[in-house]
Amino acid sequence: MAKTITSYFEELRGTRVWRSVFRSGTGSSTLHRALAIQQNVFLHLFSTKVRTRMLGFRTTWYLGTLTFGTFLILVGTGIPLMFYYHPSVPQAYADTKDLQFVVSSGLFLRNLHRWSAHAMVFLVFAHMFKVFYRGAYRPPREFNWVIGVILLLITLLLSYTGYLLPWDQLAYWAITVGSNIASAVPVLGNKVHFLMLGGNMVNANALLRFYVLHCMILPLVAMLFVAVHFWRIRKDGGLYAHQSEPRRIAGQATVAEAKGAQH
Amino acid sequence: MSEEKQIIPAEPGNEFNRRAFFVKLGWGSLSIAAAGTAAFGYQYLSPNVLYEPSPIVNAGKPESYAVDSVTLDVNSGIYLIHAQEGFFALSAVCTHLGCLTAWKPELGIIACPCHGSKFKRDGLKIEGPAPRPLPWLQTWVSDEGDLMVDRSITIRPLQFVRI
Repeated sequence: MAKTITSYFEELRGTRVWRSVFRSGTGSSTLHRALAIQQNVFLHLFSTKVRTRMLGFRTTWYLGTLTFGTFLILVGTGIPLMFYYHPSVPQAYADTKDLQFVVSSGLFLRNLHRWSAHAMVFLVFAHMFKVFYRGAYRPPREFNWVIGVILLLITLLLSYTGYLLPWDQLAYWAITVGSNIASAVPVLGNKVHFLMLGGNMVNANALLRFYVLHCMILPLVAMLFVAVHFWRIRKDGGLYAHQSEPRRIAGQATVAEAKGAQH
Repeated sequence: MSEEKQIIPAEPGNEFNRRAFFVKLGWGSLSIAAAGTAAFGYQYLSPNVLYEPSPIVNAGKPESYAVDSVTLDVNSGIYLIHAQEGFFALSAVCTHLGCLTAWKPELGIIACPCHGSKFKRDGLKIEGPAPRPLPWLQTWVSDEGDLMVDRSITIRPLQFVRI
């Protein structure tokens, strides 16, 4: 009997090494498939069982997943960019130009990082509009909406801090204007401005502070909240099912059906 | 035997026992530590020494500025203006959100490229979102005869330096 690739894979899944890593074991029973999710450190955030309807495009338009996808691209392109970028006043702009014109694939990485950043901001808003207009923010999911708002703010802060790093005229004046907006905070305004920039003007300290925020603090905080955000989906009863559709009353067509019948 | 200890049940008003004491002590020390961390953290993040350019600018010899000229020094962000009445220095940093303004000689006004504020030559606002006029800056003549400007000290308008 000729062995198929599937049977080789089944054999591999039966080996001791494989079993030591994936404890759920071979087999495709409902229990095994549920265990494969539940016993995986990353996947256990999600529900072990989902209605197939919830995985269709129509339910969510995949907007949350796409947002997370752009976040992964941003981490994956941002870390290589850090190998060539020095957050210092004499070097920052030249390094950005080097990434564009000298470093192999530098232009690709930088552009991918930039376009993904734009896409992420767009997708976050699209995701929030979708959630809002479907009413998926309502109890018991209201706290996950709050976490979503925090994630929106983190996304915008990541965008803003990343904006300064090329250290060109656009970056410099955008951050000058943006930080002056912060100093409009009542009473504490000037203190906030001073702490944010590490000085009175956009200079070396500001560049370094924004770099640390952009590459370390904000991504870590984002990951923390993303994990809670995903976990809360399961805890709040899974993805939101559209329960607010007009109920069918016996012998009476819904408004949508009546409209459809006219055409 | 009198070795048996009699446990006194906690009654209302008599609940301060050893556990409550240690719980309070624990939370108390954690609160003090957190407050200290916040205070030290704030101090750590506020730089004590700044490597920023000096606020005092040497604008050179007064003779190099023609009468009725407005000269912008981009690096220091000041205008040096030689009016009929004398010299004065004006901050070129817009009072709205800190953009660098520009002198428009054909219109005889100062304009901000960011949000469209416009000012007269003496700093008074003509239009736009700027909340205040451009401030006049402390100006004097040094012992060497150079015009000096201190960007950190604003003065009341119309205090000309006459030479």
